[in-house]
Amino acid sequence: MAVLVFLDHESGIIRQASRSAVTAARALGEVHALVTGDASVAEAAARIDGVAKVLRAAGAAAAHELAEPLAAVIADLAPAYSHIVAASGASGKNVLPRAAALLDVQPIPDVVSIVDADTFVRPIYAGSALATVKSSDAKKVLTVRASSFDPAPAEGGAAPIEQVTVPEGPALSEFVSIALSQSERPELESARVIVSGGRGMQNEENFKLLNPLADRLGAAIGASRAAVDAGFVPNDYQVGQTGKIVAPELYIAVGISGAIQHLAGMKDSKIIVAINKDPEAPIFQVADYGLVGDLFDILPQVEAALDKAG
Amino acid sequence: MAQQLQDEARKAMTEHARETMEFDIVIVGGGPSGLAAAIRLRQILPQATVCLIEKGSEIGAHILSGAVIEPRALDELLPDWRETGAPLNTPVTEEAMLFLTESRGYAVPMLDRVMPHMRNHGNYIVSLGDVCRWLAARAEEMGVEIYPGFAGADVLVEDGRVVGVVTGDMGIGRDGEPGPNYAPGMELRAKYTLFAEGCRGSLTKRLMAMYNLRKGVDPQTYGLGIKELWEVPAEQHRPGLVQHSFGWPLDNRTYGGAWMYHFGENLVSYGFVVGLDYPNTWLSPFDEMQRLKLHPSFRGTFEGGRRIAYGARALSEGGIQSIPRLTFPGGALIGDTAGFLNVPKIKGTHTAMKSGMLAAEAVAEAVAEAMEGGRVEPTSYTARVRKSWLWEELRAVRNVRPAFSRFGMKGGALYSGIDAMLLRGRAPWTLHHRHTDNEVLESASVSPPIAYPKPDGKITFDKLSSVFLSATNHEEDQPVHLKLRSDALWKTVNWDVFRAPESRYCPAGVYEVADAETAPRLQINAQNCVHCKTCDIKDPVQNIDWATPEGAGGPNYPGGM
Amino acid sequence: MKVLVPVKRVIDFNIKPRVKADGTGVETAGVKMSMNPFDEIAVEEAVRLKEKGIATEVVAVSVGVQQAQDTLRTAMAMGADRAILVLTDVAVEPLGVAKILKALVAKESPDLVLLGKQAIDDDMNATGQMLAGLLGWAQGTFASKIEIADGKATVTREIDGGLETLTLALPAIVTADLRLNEPRYASLPNIMKARKKPLETIAPADLGVDVTPRLTIVSVAEPPARQQGIKVESAADLVARLRNEAKVI
Repeated sequence: MAVLVFLDHESGIIRQASRSAVTAARALGEVHALVTGDASVAEAAARIDGVAKVLRAAGAAAAHELAEPLAAVIADLAPAYSHIVAASGASGKNVLPRAAALLDVQPIPDVVSIVDADTFVRPIYAGSALATVKSSDAKKVLTVRASSFDPAPAEGGAAPIEQVTVPEGPALSEFVSIALSQSERPELESARVIVSGGRGMQNEENFKLLNPLADRLGAAIGASRAAVDAGFVPNDYQVGQTGKIVAPELYIAVGISGAIQHLAGMKDSKIIVAINKDPEAPIFQVADYGLVGDLFDILPQVEAALDKAG
Repeated sequence: MAQQLQDEARKAMTEHARETMEFDIVIVGGGPSGLAAAIRLRQILPQATVCLIEKGSEIGAHILSGAVIEPRALDELLPDWRETGAPLNTPVTEEAMLFLTESRGYAVPMLDRVMPHMRNHGNYIVSLGDVCRWLAARAEEMGVEIYPGFAGADVLVEDGRVVGVVTGDMGIGRDGEPGPNYAPGMELRAKYTLFAEGCRGSLTKRLMAMYNLRKGVDPQTYGLGIKELWEVPAEQHRPGLVQHSFGWPLDNRTYGGAWMYHFGENLVSYGFVVGLDYPNTWLSPFDEMQRLKLHPSFRGTFEGGRRIAYGARALSEGGIQSIPRLTFPGGALIGDTAGFLNVPKIKGTHTAMKSGMLAAEAVAEAVAEAMEGGRVEPTSYTARVRKSWLWEELRAVRNVRPAFSRFGMKGGALYSGIDAMLLRGRAPWTLHHRHTDNEVLESASVSPPIAYPKPDGKITFDKLSSVFLSATNHEEDQPVHLKLRSDALWKTVNWDVFRAPESRYCPAGVYEVADAETAPRLQINAQNCVHCKTCDIKDPVQNIDWATPEGAGGPNYPGGM
Repeated sequence: MKVLVPVKRVIDFNIKPRVKADGTGVETAGVKMSMNPFDEIAVEEAVRLKEKGIATEVVAVSVGVQQAQDTLRTAMAMGADRAILVLTDVAVEPLGVAKILKALVAKESPDLVLLGKQAIDDDMNATGQMLAGLLGWAQGTFASKIEIADGKATVTREIDGGLETLTLALPAIVTADLRLNEPRYASLPNIMKARKKPLETIAPADLGVDVTPRLTIVSVAEPPARQQGIKVESAADLVARLRNEAKVI
């Protein structure tokens, strides 16, 4: 049987995370993609490498990926599929569990590894442990972590597009508005890049030296508990066991020694960079790229190198 | 809006907003003494209302002990403990006392005769936190009201009599102003209040000053115990084994030693106690504790194991010479806040429990008399203590700890052997404690520096990864609960003379010196605090004051600890 | 309007969970347990709705072991009026919990069910959505703001990259995200009063619900330790590697 993948989009652009879901789904069978929105979304889905068929749920009810009609569509389509997959984003997590309930299935969220058609690995306790679970449901409903699967190429496919109808039902919820973050600084939990400072920043004034680098990278700014305790920045900057748990694609730790408390909050980042003058600092044990030296010298150099690289 | 909220909150702080509840007896602290007192009270006075508060987030969260316990007091309190699931599951089956040199360990021969107090036959290796959790469940079944997560912040005194305590306010911001979630403390009023705060209780400290309770007794002397809980490979586990050591790595002028107890399912309790009357300002109890694990007499146990938990707590080592007046109008001190630890035995649970039970009996009697307009002070508690096995036991060992201070580690050991074998504790003299622990520290210029090995991340660890395993936490937005009375004094005394001993004796990395090369100042990471109270004891000029933080803050020691 | 608030007893968020040596799960014996933080936010929101005069009764529900009573008492100390414990020793999955809650909804007829968006133990993030599906009710997940008026709930939701606002026909399901509110303390006087509030205990079987798990746990392991990377010599080298090797900038 084929696998149904729900691809969510933002303002008509299919999210990269959804293309990662395509990759995960290909391990389970032929991939059929379900999309909402304009025809252009379906056309983009059809071009994704590995998608064999696109199902487009059109019409007002499906316009904003509302959970109630979408879950009904998925439940309608489900008999033809062994697995129903989406990326672990806000949209997939909103819709898929509802669809699973309609199918009397226990969903499996945040899959990071597929063992076989019934068995999946997923983090629990905010990543403190990895559970391998085996489902006894006839049909599997899962969301997958984008960071664990490479995105399928956006081009290369030429899948046919079919329309699917949204089942009639009372309009339970109604879209009012959407406000995408306009702030130049993304939030810590959702940032793709985080620049974080520690005690090595020395004081509140110096901590601001991280701003240009963060601006340059479109990064959020974080801090270690030591920097928060020392009063350099407010507590909502804190990354760590007692602060925010983050997993960006790039985490740049500047003047952070790497207390285990801090590591617990950022060790799942895809790439970790450490800049610290102490070559023995524990942060280097988890860093993919370490640069030993005085951060006050290095920061401007990094900015210059970024400028040069364009 | 914010201003309005603040104004409202401030208004709420005035006395009529503070809610009040009346009990017959309020107990401050949910350790062995407080829980034993609560149970005893309900046994004698089933009608009495008994309320117990505990600053830890749950009963057991702040309990740290070895622990090998003697079940004597438990036998008296709850004779059915064996049938009712008390977590005393590992009897001591094997024991050793080692004298360590840097590379070797020598077992003390004829342990039973040389150190009879170390005899552990009939005792159990336990997690004292688990024992307290069990005692609390029993107490609740018997009708004791237990409220964890609430600290006693102040003593209520009326007409010279203690009439209860006030719990701490919640939701005060770091700036000292009430925040949006401000909840004022509550007045818990009682006919009698028992203080069971453990070593160096912060309310006890005030009571001692208020009622001059230390008049005519020796200064209290303390130890700092640092503990790790390990899970070790089954083939290295010897359930029932109790191993103690003295000697290396401490010098002859420093009292202390290590313990290692094998119990439960592949669990090992390892810890180290150092007398806080140590003179060398460079000494770091934490690093001593870490490096001792590398000694051949210990190392093998830990290889391939994993560390589960970490914590630290001060203990009272003064013995009967240092026990203050135990009662005052409206209440009494019980357990280690009074100082009932038996130092040579390294046990205080049975004595703490016994003191709680005796205080309960005295209070029950006083409650009865009070109904006839009688007594305000439960004075019969002192007489009961003096007539009990508790006093007899502590009296017999009273000279051992001071002998170490006076004659050094080797001389002290010799004295204690003589005391035990020849004098059998009946020496006609009493050795006294002459100094408080903070007075004996020597300056950085005369103290020999100590080079500690770097942690290997397998058997030895750094402080911060250790503190992490205490699961300590404090709500961030609250006033710093560790206060430096004077910054200037810190610079001229702590830094200039002693080179910041707090950065070394604090086992939780609370104290750090920032800008040491340029303008040294003390950085206080109060969030890390594990409530051991060492800074309150050892600061050379008593410049650091430990106050109770918001309730439920502090370590969260897990089961097994 | 009646509000139902399901709450879960989980390992306290301050505690670092420890994987059992035999790989069968995470150690919970002797570990401090507390109310799931997202559920605290849901309770707080329900209590605020009551304080605003919108809700008339707040009923807390938990599915779990006997000690989940403590969690319900906390909810009542925060302001819930009464509580129901569905007592079971089985670790019930979201599907089972949703079925139990559906049966309770039939009994209690609430106008709003307010849940935490996810429990911090199994991190499922599913119960609210599944309950909404089973009931055929509107759902507003990951709420950072809730307003109730004219038989509708207006919910602002935390979505990827921003906020979305929906209106939901009541009765509805709303799940709470972190920024919805900052929960109050359960104060000592309120904890004392909560001891006297009614707490009813029932069994899943009384509700006619089968809670047999669908997932079996094959193993639980600690995540692999991160491998140490390389030291680079210069800022230029670092930027080049981030661009060409790691492809993150």
